[in-house]
Amino acid sequence: MSISSTTPAASQAAEQQAVPRQRRRRAELSEGKKQERKLGWLLCAPAALVMVVVTAYPILYSFWLSLQRYDLKFPQDRQFIWFENYVTVLTNGYWWTAFGVTLLITVVSVAVELVLGMGLALIMHRTLVGRGLVRTSALIPYGIVTVVAAFSWRYAWTPGTGYLANLFAPEGAPLTERASALAIIILAEIWKTTPFMALLLMAGLALVPDDLLKAASMDGASWWQRFTKVMLPVMKPAILVALLFRTLDALRVFDNIYVLTNGANETSSVSMIAYNNLIKGLNLGIGSTMSVLIFLTVAIIAFIFVKLFGTAAPGASEEGRR
Amino acid sequence: MATIDRHPQRRTLRARALAAGAAIALAAPLAACGSDDNGGVPVLNLYQFPVENMQSVIDMCNQQAAGRYKIVYQVLPRAADDQRVQMVRRLAAKDDSMDILGMDVTWTQEFASADWIKEWTGADKTEVENGTLPGPLASAEYEGKLYAAPNNTNVQLLWYRKDLVPEPPKTWDEMIQMSQKLKSEGKTYQVLTMGAQYEGLVVLYNSLVASSGGTVVSEDGKTAVMDAGAINALRTLKTFATAGVTSPSFSNALEDDVRLAYQNGGGAFQLNWPFVWPSMQSDAPDLAKNTTWARYPGIDPNTPSVTTIGGSNVAVSAFSKNPELSFEAAKCLRGPEAQKYLAINAGQPPSIEAVYNEPEMAEAYPMKDTLLEELKNAAPRPRTPAYQNLSTVVSAQLSPPASIEPDKTGAELKSSIQDALESKGVLP
Repeated sequence: MSISSTTPAASQAAEQQAVPRQRRRRAELSEGKKQERKLGWLLCAPAALVMVVVTAYPILYSFWLSLQRYDLKFPQDRQFIWFENYVTVLTNGYWWTAFGVTLLITVVSVAVELVLGMGLALIMHRTLVGRGLVRTSALIPYGIVTVVAAFSWRYAWTPGTGYLANLFAPEGAPLTERASALAIIILAEIWKTTPFMALLLMAGLALVPDDLLKAASMDGASWWQRFTKVMLPVMKPAILVALLFRTLDALRVFDNIYVLTNGANETSSVSMIAYNNLIKGLNLGIGSTMSVLIFLTVAIIAFIFVKLFGTAAPGASEEGRR
Repeated sequence: MATIDRHPQRRTLRARALAAGAAIALAAPLAACGSDDNGGVPVLNLYQFPVENMQSVIDMCNQQAAGRYKIVYQVLPRAADDQRVQMVRRLAAKDDSMDILGMDVTWTQEFASADWIKEWTGADKTEVENGTLPGPLASAEYEGKLYAAPNNTNVQLLWYRKDLVPEPPKTWDEMIQMSQKLKSEGKTYQVLTMGAQYEGLVVLYNSLVASSGGTVVSEDGKTAVMDAGAINALRTLKTFATAGVTSPSFSNALEDDVRLAYQNGGGAFQLNWPFVWPSMQSDAPDLAKNTTWARYPGIDPNTPSVTTIGGSNVAVSAFSKNPELSFEAAKCLRGPEAQKYLAINAGQPPSIEAVYNEPEMAEAYPMKDTLLEELKNAAPRPRTPAYQNLSTVVSAQLSPPASIEPDKTGAELKSSIQDALESKGVLP
């Protein structure tokens, strides 16, 4: 009896504790607290200033470039054209194809990574024998440089020399066809970053109190019920952070595509096409426009995660505070 | 006490060692920089794609310079895109460590328009213009000025099986008919050439346009033209791709695929660069005995063909600290002696006409008369700073060649080329 009532009671207590605490904070914001806060700001200032300089300047500069016709090939034709570059890019088929490819890669790879990463996290968390060995070997793919890994995937899928190509596609050249090339890119992404996902999720798993699981199990909850009703809710902040990190990361996918297909057969991501226009095409205007659009996409996704799903750093979350 | 004393001592020792290490680490690169001009001899950095036996030519020029300059070869990556990206990144940052640039002919106008390379004037200009074949020379010009010196050049030839084809075809139509006849007789019939979505397809299309007297981009490189000749070239390309005479892998074939396919006895005709000849001699000697060459086919039986030239130019960087010496060194690197050496030892056809008359050339280039004939009437690719973008959109829209619809594709090409010329073209 007493065991089953522990959980609601505990969270009730936490709520009661949280409410007065907030009220107290607002009331006591005077003198000492104020001083402390000021000091806090002063201590943060240098770091914040450096951040502003290294991030704000490039962002503003690329926004400024995106408003111009600025092509290194035609330096004398440089002029201010307001938002014409945005019209050009947003009405262009190549851009939207790349955007679609990027979203596809992001959604599929992050979804698969979440499932696999969770599995891996559970294994790493629960292993009793050789824990260090299991954790280390699980992290190996994440420790390999992406470009190096991408090259080995490329050779593996090259007909004639690659073992994977010989095994699965003895007839064709999988990297030269769109669907199979995209599948290989996604596979390479998943292989590479599942360990990262697992690592973040393992931090979330550590937040699940063993007592809670034992209590649930005493109540007759099956393994699946314990997983979905106890572990997942407690892990929610960690899961959201992991998803946010990986989504933003996957959205900027570049290395794997660059090495595996170099964007052939409509497999370019937005980062690839921005690189092609900026570095290969020397078109600073169009290229910067694409960079700004990628930045906006990232900002919107981060906003959705933070504001709508309530993602926060695990330490700052309700569960973390307990 | 002793132990207490020893500790600070050890620490100072270690600190000193660290400091010394740091000093060496910091000073070493500086020292390397300082020794750049070894004994006052200015160092000229040559940035160029990898060329076999290039170092011998550089050594020869350095020797001739007799201590006035020293050329150092900075080898660029093997892939053309990587070479260009590396050069462009340095030039955009005004890197003054680049002096002489060895570059693909199609980059010349781009670098000139960007003010990255110096114009050739006065005696230097006259020296380069003298004796240089007109086609290669045109590839080094932009807006009526000379911005580079042609180094080596190249044109494709028609290679054919003389045991199957008694008389070489003069035009594409003739070649298609011959091939179809061979096919109906059950003999080896295929016409092999490059049709993948890359620069090679643009080269093929440019030859067809030039042969039919057409224009893709106006002379000043500012407007997309796509006149009747350019549309006619689209029609010929489509006919060729759908006449049943190409190899099934035509739309994926690059230079080496074509060479191998012919070498393995897969075709009666091959349109390709001269590099196929030496390799055929060594890898398929029996086939080589039955193979000979002829001028690239044209469009009209009464007008000789005009073919696209390849090759490379040398230019002097606008940011070079030693421009005068760089011009001098560049002239040596592309001089007749160097061109002859590389023609024989690196398989690069010369751009100076007189070099073809050298006795050693006859053995290395048995096809030199046909080469010269084509070179004297050759076409550069559209000379515009936006060539890179233009090439990308053209190869994308021409691929695969069987799906070309001459009028529709022509109109699309015109608008996308115009976009590229106005910096509005988005690269895929």
